[in-house]
Amino acid sequence: MDILQVENVSKAYASHLALDDVSLSVPTGQVYGLLGPNGAGKTTLIRIINHITAPDSGQVLFDGHRITQADVANIGYLPEERGLYKKMKVGEQAIFFARLKGLSKTDATRQLREWFDKFDITSWWDKKVEELSKGMAQKIQFIVTVLHRPRLLIFDEPFSGFDPINANLLKEEILKLRDEGSTIIFSTHNMASVEEICDNITLINKSRNILSGNVEELRRRFFADRYDLTFTGDSRMLMERLQNMAGEFSILDPDGQGRPRISLHINETGPEARRALLAAANDTVDLYGFSESIASMNDIFIRAVSEDANR
Amino acid sequence: MSKSKIGIVIEREYLERVKKKSFIFTTLLMPVLMLVLMLLPALLIAFVDKSETRVLVVDNSRTILPYLSDSQEVKFVPATPDVTVDSALRNSDIGAVLVIPDNIIDAKRSSIRLYTNGPSSITSEGTITSQINSIVEKERLKRYDIADLDRIMEDIKSDVSISTVRYDSDNEEEESLSTGVSYAIGIAMTFVLYMFLLIYGQMVMTSIIEEKGNRVLEVVVTSVKPAQLMMGKIIGVALVAVTQMVLWGALLAVMSAYLLPAVMPDAAMADVAAVQAGNLNAVSDTESIEFITAIASLTQVGNILSLVGLMTIFLILGFLIYSSIFAAVGSAVDNIQDASQLTSFAVFPIVFGLIFAMVAAADPMGPIAFWASIFPLTSPMVMVARIPFGIPAWEIWLSLALLVLGFIGMVWLAGKIYRVGIFMYGKKPSLKEIIRWISYK
Repeated sequence: MDILQVENVSKAYASHLALDDVSLSVPTGQVYGLLGPNGAGKTTLIRIINHITAPDSGQVLFDGHRITQADVANIGYLPEERGLYKKMKVGEQAIFFARLKGLSKTDATRQLREWFDKFDITSWWDKKVEELSKGMAQKIQFIVTVLHRPRLLIFDEPFSGFDPINANLLKEEILKLRDEGSTIIFSTHNMASVEEICDNITLINKSRNILSGNVEELRRRFFADRYDLTFTGDSRMLMERLQNMAGEFSILDPDGQGRPRISLHINETGPEARRALLAAANDTVDLYGFSESIASMNDIFIRAVSEDANR
Repeated sequence: MSKSKIGIVIEREYLERVKKKSFIFTTLLMPVLMLVLMLLPALLIAFVDKSETRVLVVDNSRTILPYLSDSQEVKFVPATPDVTVDSALRNSDIGAVLVIPDNIIDAKRSSIRLYTNGPSSITSEGTITSQINSIVEKERLKRYDIADLDRIMEDIKSDVSISTVRYDSDNEEEESLSTGVSYAIGIAMTFVLYMFLLIYGQMVMTSIIEEKGNRVLEVVVTSVKPAQLMMGKIIGVALVAVTQMVLWGALLAVMSAYLLPAVMPDAAMADVAAVQAGNLNAVSDTESIEFITAIASLTQVGNILSLVGLMTIFLILGFLIYSSIFAAVGSAVDNIQDASQLTSFAVFPIVFGLIFAMVAAADPMGPIAFWASIFPLTSPMVMVARIPFGIPAWEIWLSLALLVLGFIGMVWLAGKIYRVGIFMYGKKPSLKEIIRWISYK
């Protein structure tokens, strides 16, 4: 069952089309990556999901029904640009946001105390937000976002501004929330973190959904019939030798021992072709590794976006 | 549920402002400051320069000198025949030398000279001229040889005050305030309202710009609809304004009821009591009637409270209209500098309202006063200026009804702009763009 379905959503502003017939489906209990270059329309989509703005056409379904203001109580949104009232005390402010999400004052206070204990920040309760550092404020914002235990969480660049230790702490909390049954939409430019925690992604470019799917599948499919070779010897000679059976050579970064690496696309599929390629390579250089190429999300992102631009 | 959310927003907006030290400070201090300002001139006169000036009078004809009487500031000293201006002024005892021409009684216009060492005070000059004028008038009257002149003069002396009584056919007589007092109260209330609209209206605007700038809005609007958030803010700030009004009203009422009698001389207070009792004859001659009436109406606590009450209603409605304009402007821009042009949509009507209110206070029943007090953008201020004069109730109701309608329309419009504006960053939008936002879905 998909907790969220976006169906043919379009939204135009005066001068440009922010979303053009975008559809996607977020499966319950997963971490879903929402990727795209700056200005692609991600934030507009998130606002439509949050019921802040209405689409010009198309619809958003939450739990199979058209999303309403009441459903918003089941959504937690951590925007990229963090916003807290600067002059307000941390505790009061957290209670304010929790009450807006429908928690009672006492419930909010009790649960907040627990979170503050967990993050070891109880001493911040009576501080004003303006006295906190950026990273500290981010923590508060995170707590405020997840406090009401929403079924759908939307994180926009949640790790920005965090040191590695706190980023890791946050990542674990996010995965824990997923394990407890929350669905997470994760919007970021950090492709390494997408590979780490996302199950599925959608890539939005120039207002359109140009790529959707399971992360593992995409990474393999994207580099179908592509292999990486690690060796010692002359890479130019190797490439000349393999010319007849492979193409699209690219030189990769050397491995940990400083051995050269190249990536190539094999012309024919099947075990014979692979064996022939290996034999030819083995003749020319001293082979250390031969493996199926798995595209990094970075590769996929760049290729998909640039292909879309050439379209 | 959404209603209680507005409540949460209102609570936050209200408490944030009321708990501020600056709010508590100005709220408590302003009335004290106002009272001090009112009393300051009297206090200054009481404390500053009580020393008298000795004036040497050179009056060879002896027509004026015998009748001059000393006052607090001026003491007249007859000159010995041999004295000259020069030698007299060298004497440190003498502050000035007054030279009176011989033909002062006969000449149609004549000028007397006052030689001084330094600058003379206006009050002493005033005392001297008015004394000499009345002496000359008396002397000229004497030439007509009228019998019993003194008694006649005493008899025709007059000190009249108008006490306006508005007559309602269904009501019994109801004494309304004198024109002077009405005018003063009307103008004062208009100014307070003007100040409140500008200060608190801008407060709504700047706080929206701030929220937009630090992106709190992005978080809040995931829980509250933008229009509700805007209303919550406007109502929250309005409640702060009302709180301040009510506290000021109460403080002023208490101070004028208890403090004013304490500072005023007993004799004056007795007169005040007499006026309040409707007994003008009991008023002693020493104080001006207009002054006593003014004090009398000020010390009537009920009177002040009912005026403040009506004023508060107009303040709230006027504030709601204007702050929705300010809110729309605040949502459309990124910083205060960009807002300045757009705020003229709110500031111009407020200033016009003030101008029309002045006109209305001078001519409360004229056509300008009527129409300006009916039109929703100017009505809060103009109506407040007219109310003390006692205008027909239907006009107040009509004005209130139109104000409510205007408010609903304005909030609807502002909500539409706000909803789009809070997510528009970067370039300052043109008026055309803002108008187009209204049609967005």
